[in-house]
Amino acid sequence: MKLTNTLLASTALTFAAGMASAEAHMADEMTIVSWGGAYSNSQQKAYSEPYAEKTGVNIINDESSAEAVAKLRAMNEAGNISWDVVDVTAADSFRLCDEGLAMEIDFDEQLKAGDDGSTPTDDFGDTLINDCFIPQIVFSTTFGYRTDLVGDTPPTSVCDIFDTEAYPGKRSLEKRPIGNMEWALLCDGVAKDEIYDVLETEEGQEQALAKLDTIKDSVVWWSAGADTPQLLADGEVVMGSTYNGRLFSVIEEQDQDVAMLWDGQMFDLDGWIIPAGLSDERKARALDYVKFATDTQRLADQAAYISYGPARASSAPLVGQHAELGIEMAPHMPTDPANATNVFVFNYEFWADYRDDIDAKFQAWLVQ
Amino acid sequence: MVALTPISRTAPSFYVPVVAAFGAFFGVFIGTGQGSLLIGVIGGAVIMGALAFVMTKIIKNETASRWGLAVLVALAGFLLAGIPGLVIGTFFGWFFGFLTFWLYEGRYRAKLPPYLTPGQVLWHFTFRTICGAIFVFLITPILVVMPLSFNAENFFTFTPEMLRFDPAGYSLKHYRDFFTNDDWQNALRNSVQIAPVATLLSVSFGTLAAIGLSQPHVPFRRAIMAILISPMIVPLIISAAGMYFFYSRVGLQGTYIGVVLAHAALGIPFVIITVTATLVGFDRSLTRAAANMGANPVTTFFRVQMPLILPGVISGGLFAFITSFDEVVVVLFVGSAGQKTLPWQMFIGLREQISPTILAVATILVFISICLLTVVELLRRRSERLRGMSPS
Repeated sequence: MKLTNTLLASTALTFAAGMASAEAHMADEMTIVSWGGAYSNSQQKAYSEPYAEKTGVNIINDESSAEAVAKLRAMNEAGNISWDVVDVTAADSFRLCDEGLAMEIDFDEQLKAGDDGSTPTDDFGDTLINDCFIPQIVFSTTFGYRTDLVGDTPPTSVCDIFDTEAYPGKRSLEKRPIGNMEWALLCDGVAKDEIYDVLETEEGQEQALAKLDTIKDSVVWWSAGADTPQLLADGEVVMGSTYNGRLFSVIEEQDQDVAMLWDGQMFDLDGWIIPAGLSDERKARALDYVKFATDTQRLADQAAYISYGPARASSAPLVGQHAELGIEMAPHMPTDPANATNVFVFNYEFWADYRDDIDAKFQAWLVQ
Repeated sequence: MVALTPISRTAPSFYVPVVAAFGAFFGVFIGTGQGSLLIGVIGGAVIMGALAFVMTKIIKNETASRWGLAVLVALAGFLLAGIPGLVIGTFFGWFFGFLTFWLYEGRYRAKLPPYLTPGQVLWHFTFRTICGAIFVFLITPILVVMPLSFNAENFFTFTPEMLRFDPAGYSLKHYRDFFTNDDWQNALRNSVQIAPVATLLSVSFGTLAAIGLSQPHVPFRRAIMAILISPMIVPLIISAAGMYFFYSRVGLQGTYIGVVLAHAALGIPFVIITVTATLVGFDRSLTRAAANMGANPVTTFFRVQMPLILPGVISGGLFAFITSFDEVVVVLFVGSAGQKTLPWQMFIGLREQISPTILAVATILVFISICLLTVVELLRRRSERLRGMSPS
């Protein structure tokens, strides 16, 4: 009897404590959603910790950006938006903006002017791609290779991916058509400025898949950014594509025998959206956070923790050294002129129109 | 069983091919590792068959030839793969020495009844081999994780230093990370706050439901039972999505209580099933006797029924606890980042950042599970001994 009473009492107490703490937190708490890993870490160091110090807001980090679109749809349907600020890729922001799940932003009104006096619209320039997306970084999907497995002539061109004779062994590619189709056509002799014209056609898609078919047996397909670094560290693959920041971490921080292949890198953007349908109080706080986190200095600060280029032009001169390693970060930026000699820019319009179609073909090809 | 069957030496035409077959099997691994499967298979068969013949017919002395073989194979392993090769080689050498003489001397027959046909003897050992293989396949993935969690690198990789047993290749840094990193400590705290309360709820409700449903006069017993154990049968993702929308409407989504209730619902079926099973052996005349002596139903339950069905309650509770402690799908839906549990943290860690800290956590959890199960088993044995149910 005594035991039961104790148990009942402790249950009641725990419940009460849980309730109390849940309520106390709601008031000055915000949930920031990002990707996890080194990237989240850089945001916490550069944005969230200074912001929490400045305002006293308690920031909860959720690492759900990979399923941001699905979760925001579900939250919208359930009428219960539990996220305040969400980090998404540019492609996801188009979908969220079109579906009305992300709030529209008046960039010049709601963001800070650049440190050099330029208006936000000028400062962000081309990275402003729709009405909801507040750009944060420029990253690229590019290749890394094992220096000890490629012999005396390391790969210098993205087309070396397709050269299984010179570079035998497995390579890892992302399990989606974006990037792979462009590289396949480029290496199949299509001129770079005609790639999207060719890819629009049925024959062009066939041609790209036929080119990918030549290496299909030696491809390991990845779906999470951490896969290729692990495969490279393991020596499972000779070369593989992933986000450039991941490769930076493998090479400089983890000191593995891996080197960068910048040729043919695919630029993409990552940034914030604020979910539509927040209460006025939460919306004001989310806007305040985003305004703080995307000012010139904060964007440059982030580059001290991860090798992604700031989206504001005015931040570039402020990019300094890595916070722990003390190396200059500018040469590791995908946007550095030495690295950006042959780049693709993620073609949002093209992929918005053709993604479903090409995705279906690509998946069908994968299982053949 | 005492050795009943007289044993005699077997003919080379029996043991040489069997040893050669084992040699071919292990040759598969060595051959694949060195580049050619076929050479490995043939080489393994020929070498091991020949060695078996040499040991039994030319050297003849068992002790000398078994030691010799172990040293020889160990050396070969060392030349092929360094210190790990030495360890594996010693093991293989010992195994093949044992196997050869075990077959040659006919010892494999000694402990089996004399009337078994050769086919039955073969099946006897095949069956044991299959059981062993299943055991290995179940356990190896768990064991592999443990050395990797002491990796000095930040990848899931057996580095050359680790394979050389170089201390520099090992480190406790992933354990340090687990105990000092706020994310992991928060996740641990959340798990520890959620699982016991969810278990308590599951055990209370599950036991009551099982007792109620075991009364013969309750209408629609089977239907109610089916509904109560449905969380175990319905795919988790469907329960999770349903709970998400329902909890969102009533304001429980993203709260501590919401996660606890969801986990309690998942744990109840385990308690119902184990308690129902123990109630089958419960003698109802005991409750009538208690009532006859003036005890009210509550007293009867706690003083008479509860102690007797306690083993079922405890093991159900243990399952409920582990369900909550291991659960990742429902908490991803019903919880918010504030209720991030250990499995959730491990899940995102695996997806976004393959860090061996996950392996360190897994190792710790495995040890906690082993301790829990051992304690429960010891308690069960103790109570059986006290009640005189077991002879020892």
